[in-house]
Amino acid sequence: MRSRSAIESLRAKIEKIEGRKPCPKSVLPFGIDKVDARLPGRGLARGSLHEIAGGGNGAIDGAAAALFTAGIAARTSGKVLWCITRPDLFEPALAQAGLHPDRVIYVEAGDDNIVLSCAEEGLRHGGFGAVVAEVARLSMTASRRLRLAAEGTNTIGIALRRWRRQSEAVDFGQPTAADTRWRVSIMPSEPLPVPGVGRHRWLVELIRARAGESTDFELEACDAAGRLALPADVVHGPAAVEGWRRGASA
Amino acid sequence: MGYNGRRRVVLAANITAQAAGLHVGMAAATAQVLVPGLLIRPADPAADATALNRLALWVLRHYAPIAAADPPDGIVIDTTGTDHLHGSEAAMLFTMIERLEASGFAARAAIADTWGAAHALARYTDRPIQIVPPGSTVAAIAPLPIAALRLPPTMIAELRTLGFTRLTDLMVAPRAPLTLRFGPEVVRRLDQALGRVAEVIDPIRPAALIEVRRNFPEPIAAAETIARYIGKLVAQLCTMLEANGLGARHLDLICHRIDRRAQAVRVSTAMPTRDVKRLVRLLHDKIETIDPGFGIETLDLAATLAEPFNMKQHASTLVEDAVPDVSDLIDVLANRVGEHRVYRAEPVVTDVPERSVRRIPALTPETGATWPTQWPRPPRLLTPPELIETVALLPDHPPVSFTWRGIRRRVKRADGPERVFGEWWKRDAELAAVRDYFRVEDDSGERFWIFRAGDGQDSATGSHRWFLHGVFG
Repeated sequence: MRSRSAIESLRAKIEKIEGRKPCPKSVLPFGIDKVDARLPGRGLARGSLHEIAGGGNGAIDGAAAALFTAGIAARTSGKVLWCITRPDLFEPALAQAGLHPDRVIYVEAGDDNIVLSCAEEGLRHGGFGAVVAEVARLSMTASRRLRLAAEGTNTIGIALRRWRRQSEAVDFGQPTAADTRWRVSIMPSEPLPVPGVGRHRWLVELIRARAGESTDFELEACDAAGRLALPADVVHGPAAVEGWRRGASA
Repeated sequence: MGYNGRRRVVLAANITAQAAGLHVGMAAATAQVLVPGLLIRPADPAADATALNRLALWVLRHYAPIAAADPPDGIVIDTTGTDHLHGSEAAMLFTMIERLEASGFAARAAIADTWGAAHALARYTDRPIQIVPPGSTVAAIAPLPIAALRLPPTMIAELRTLGFTRLTDLMVAPRAPLTLRFGPEVVRRLDQALGRVAEVIDPIRPAALIEVRRNFPEPIAAAETIARYIGKLVAQLCTMLEANGLGARHLDLICHRIDRRAQAVRVSTAMPTRDVKRLVRLLHDKIETIDPGFGIETLDLAATLAEPFNMKQHASTLVEDAVPDVSDLIDVLANRVGEHRVYRAEPVVTDVPERSVRRIPALTPETGATWPTQWPRPPRLLTPPELIETVALLPDHPPVSFTWRGIRRRVKRADGPERVFGEWWKRDAELAAVRDYFRVEDDSGERFWIFRAGDGQDSATGSHRWFLHGVFG
């Protein structure tokens, strides 16, 4: 017990030396105990920067990563600023992940640098629920700028990483100032007792978390309110699924 | 129809008249013989001049801070520092010409480094829109006839007699004999067109313009100094706007340099405003685009487009949090990337996916409308849809496998079809068109949105080829 309080006091001292405002950061929980328990502060920190990328082919199309981001943005309040370079985002899909079209303001910028500067303006403004920047390159300097801009506000900054070629995706290993770093890869959808595609599933890897451990989860994709879910066979064990399947086919 | 000396001649002819063989300068009697029942209107130069001034004012309000009438038939615009608001120079010219045509004007436009070159290109080339990249003025205007040079007609006739037909002839001719024979005018006009001699546009100013001006005894050049005086000018301007009950939509800052060139900056806001801080912020973002040269001697700030703007009282509630106002940030971003690039998406009632989204200005009032949620839509849409090779049973089965971008994928699960009919009530070509959409998942779990053009039975409904239209997350 004593050692813990010593660590706490040391942390406070370090924060004081770093010159950060001692404002208690509020967080946006995912609403899934298993995920929230692994995150420092039990949720995504507001007023900070988070990095999200797709895995496999998702590094190029960024489809699952975009929906994961939309789900987070949907659960914030206020408007959302979404900065893009490539005009292939299909807005109805974001609406299906819970992000109402009235809430999203898109900025179509020419290149990564303009995206970053627009996102920085958005974060510094502080009136948005979330600011999303679709970028390929994110240097340490750029990410630190975004983080500093977000600090002291209630806005969640999200860098949605997306590359033109698979070979460029190794860039994701480079250090940045982001609080958490996620990789969202697609998995086969929920098996149904009838032919068809069930609820989409993702492998969500928390690659890095400041003051936390990396881990991964198998999750079901966003519902109409932007909430993720644990697959039924994980919650209740495989037997529950089997039982349901028998019941459905009987 | 008007008088040239004592002769009645044709001064202007519309496209139909030109097709009938009439041209400017033809004797009126000849024209009447050529076309029986010709409709003739006497020329009214005074009315033409006022109409041209009105057009110049319209350009000033909507397009550029420095614009002036260029009689008898032109408007000269300094587009520096304004094209960012319209996307690009080409987009700006295109919309301008389109709007002029919609109101019954036949217009042609050109952008070049100098007034003289743009004047020549707009009148003596066959393209209605022309943009000459900086630095290539000489090559662009060299093949034009010498009539393009804004010289009196008698002088042009004399030059033609001497064998000068094109501008390139004049460019290579020795200058001293030309000046000796015709006076300084020929060489001056040529130099103006080539940018060797500066030519100042005297911008048009409407009578009731709200404008403040500051002259400096010593020319200023440092960015900090410019920023400080922008702050002072904006504060003055906002007081004047308040007295008139107006808010600015367009704010023009014109910096008159000591070499008599003007540098203009325009910022625009989505809603009328007279918030000093906000307007200063917008102008400060643009300081880096001002080239002070050897120094600026006069700063001129005008609200060229102002709209009524009255104070409103906000009712406060005890329970609800105030919705943060983001309109100031929208203005900052719009002035940085262009107005039409900051937008919201609005649903359009249609079944065809690529037509179901419309871009609307970011500050349009909210409607609460959204897309139907029962049919899954992919977050990434390919435009245009990409052709894929498939192995599929007709008419209503999803493919067993397909090849996209050189990779063959076996379909493990599929959902569909979702049938989309062509909008025959809007487009004749889509009278019978049908698309059958499937959501398919391959072995590795990747999900795609594919469709078959046609219903699988009747070839009138489509080509029966398969396309990949989107990627699911």
